[in-house]
Amino acid sequence: MDAATITSWMREIETSVRSERDYLVQLDAAIGDGDHGTNMVRGFEAVVQALDGEAAAPPGRLLILAGRTLVSTVGGASGPLWGSALRSGGRVLGDQPTFEGGQLVEVLAAALASVKDLGAAVVGDKTMVDALEPAVDTLRTELAASAPLATALGEAAEAAETGMRATVPLQARKGRASYLGERSIGHQDPGATSTALIIRALQRAVSAAG
Amino acid sequence: MAVETKARKFLNNPADLVAESLAGLAAAHPDLLRYDAAAKIVVNKGAPKQGKVALISGGGSGHEPLHGGFVGIGMLDAACPGEVFTSPVPDQMLAATKAVDGGAGVVHIVKNYTGDVLNFKMAAEDAADDGIKVTSIVIDDDVAVQDSLYTAGRRGVGATVLAEKIAGAAAAGGADLATVSDTVKRVNERARSFGVALSSCIPPASGKPIFDLPEGQVELGIGIHGEPGRRRESLGSASDVVDVMVEAVLSDLKPAKGARLLAFVNGMGGTPLIELYLLYHEVDRKLRAAGLEPVRNLIGSYITSLEMAGASLTVLELDDELIRLWDAPVHTPALRWGI
Repeated sequence: MDAATITSWMREIETSVRSERDYLVQLDAAIGDGDHGTNMVRGFEAVVQALDGEAAAPPGRLLILAGRTLVSTVGGASGPLWGSALRSGGRVLGDQPTFEGGQLVEVLAAALASVKDLGAAVVGDKTMVDALEPAVDTLRTELAASAPLATALGEAAEAAETGMRATVPLQARKGRASYLGERSIGHQDPGATSTALIIRALQRAVSAAG
Repeated sequence: MAVETKARKFLNNPADLVAESLAGLAAAHPDLLRYDAAAKIVVNKGAPKQGKVALISGGGSGHEPLHGGFVGIGMLDAACPGEVFTSPVPDQMLAATKAVDGGAGVVHIVKNYTGDVLNFKMAAEDAADDGIKVTSIVIDDDVAVQDSLYTAGRRGVGATVLAEKIAGAAAAGGADLATVSDTVKRVNERARSFGVALSSCIPPASGKPIFDLPEGQVELGIGIHGEPGRRRESLGSASDVVDVMVEAVLSDLKPAKGARLLAFVNGMGGTPLIELYLLYHEVDRKLRAAGLEPVRNLIGSYITSLEMAGASLTVLELDDELIRLWDAPVHTPALRWGI
């Protein structure tokens, strides 16, 4: 994998959040304030634009640039959270021109660590961590068991989607949904939903290249 | 070109609403402020003032006149407006901090929402890297939210307006960074709020109400972003509703008998002044009946939620110093007295 993988991942995310924008808005309106879809689309459109002129940059740099762009354009909680996540992930790769599956796990693990640190959330709080953590764990386990990367990413995306669906019966303990107390139960978390889209986009980007 | 206009809103392109509204604010008040469209910030005409502590606030738009309408003499030095109901980004707060720093430091007044707190935190770190002294004070006065390990903590609502006014007066009077920061903290610690809604607001981007509230129902404990409240009841008399608001606020604030209070009856955007004064009548009577003295008040729509019908009550326990700072001259688009 190389810089093109990152660019294609970001394009896949942009396409995906754009086509699911109304769905994300609808989920967010139920337990938040209804802007999640709009904010994610604005952010990833800006990321795709920012990466356009950077064909020669190493993949780690592209992730850092993508993260910085999200921080500067998204606002809300998702901006700093995904922004810091991608920057932390990018730093793992430094200036190396290519990377392997094992390093991809480390990129996503660093992203997860940064989200948990900034948002102080753990699995079960009804946040993006509920999708991201099982995805990282699954990718690590699958690769350790010598699964091919595309297969491992498929499993990781499924783990993220399972984690996303598992947020439905939970009561939110972080973010705006926590204000609702018990009334947040029965709704799928929008942050976990966009996170599942982002992991699925990674699987598509890597499979298409592979 | 035909523009798809959402129901009952004056819009050109919904995406341009915030920028076009801020341009209008600047056109209306060129003596007080300017709008930097590139940095997306509203800046006090007199800033930076050498030696004066500067005050900045910001947050999602849709709460007008908060915060841009409070930029001016004796209140804010800059405001950072985000998209509707979305926190602004760190670049805005950093640009504002640099634009107003007069060497005495900058206070960030932050409403307690996960997004606002995270973005302001990143900006404060960047400003510190640039050698600017910044303190961040979080406002969390909404008693409708339980402050526990299981929530993001109380929301910042009505006390924000009072803190901006009172701390703005302290800064204008020459107080240093620690004192101005402490003044914001003191207002927050001594203020409590509770809001109710009779209708949802309609964010311009979606054009759809955030929650569905049938006629004859009242949503108790609402926030300012159209977040639904904690419970819903059938709407009784105004007196009944004020009973709930006063009880919620006082049971948490626990003011001493005879305490001097500022009572702030705030409209959420879709409730007319005639009803707000009716509510104030009830509030004033009930506070006095509880043995308290409402010696100052503020009535009007100052921290709104677009066109939501509803109101919030904020009670601030005053002392001589806070009364003096509240009475000090202020001249902003939305609040003006003494000058």
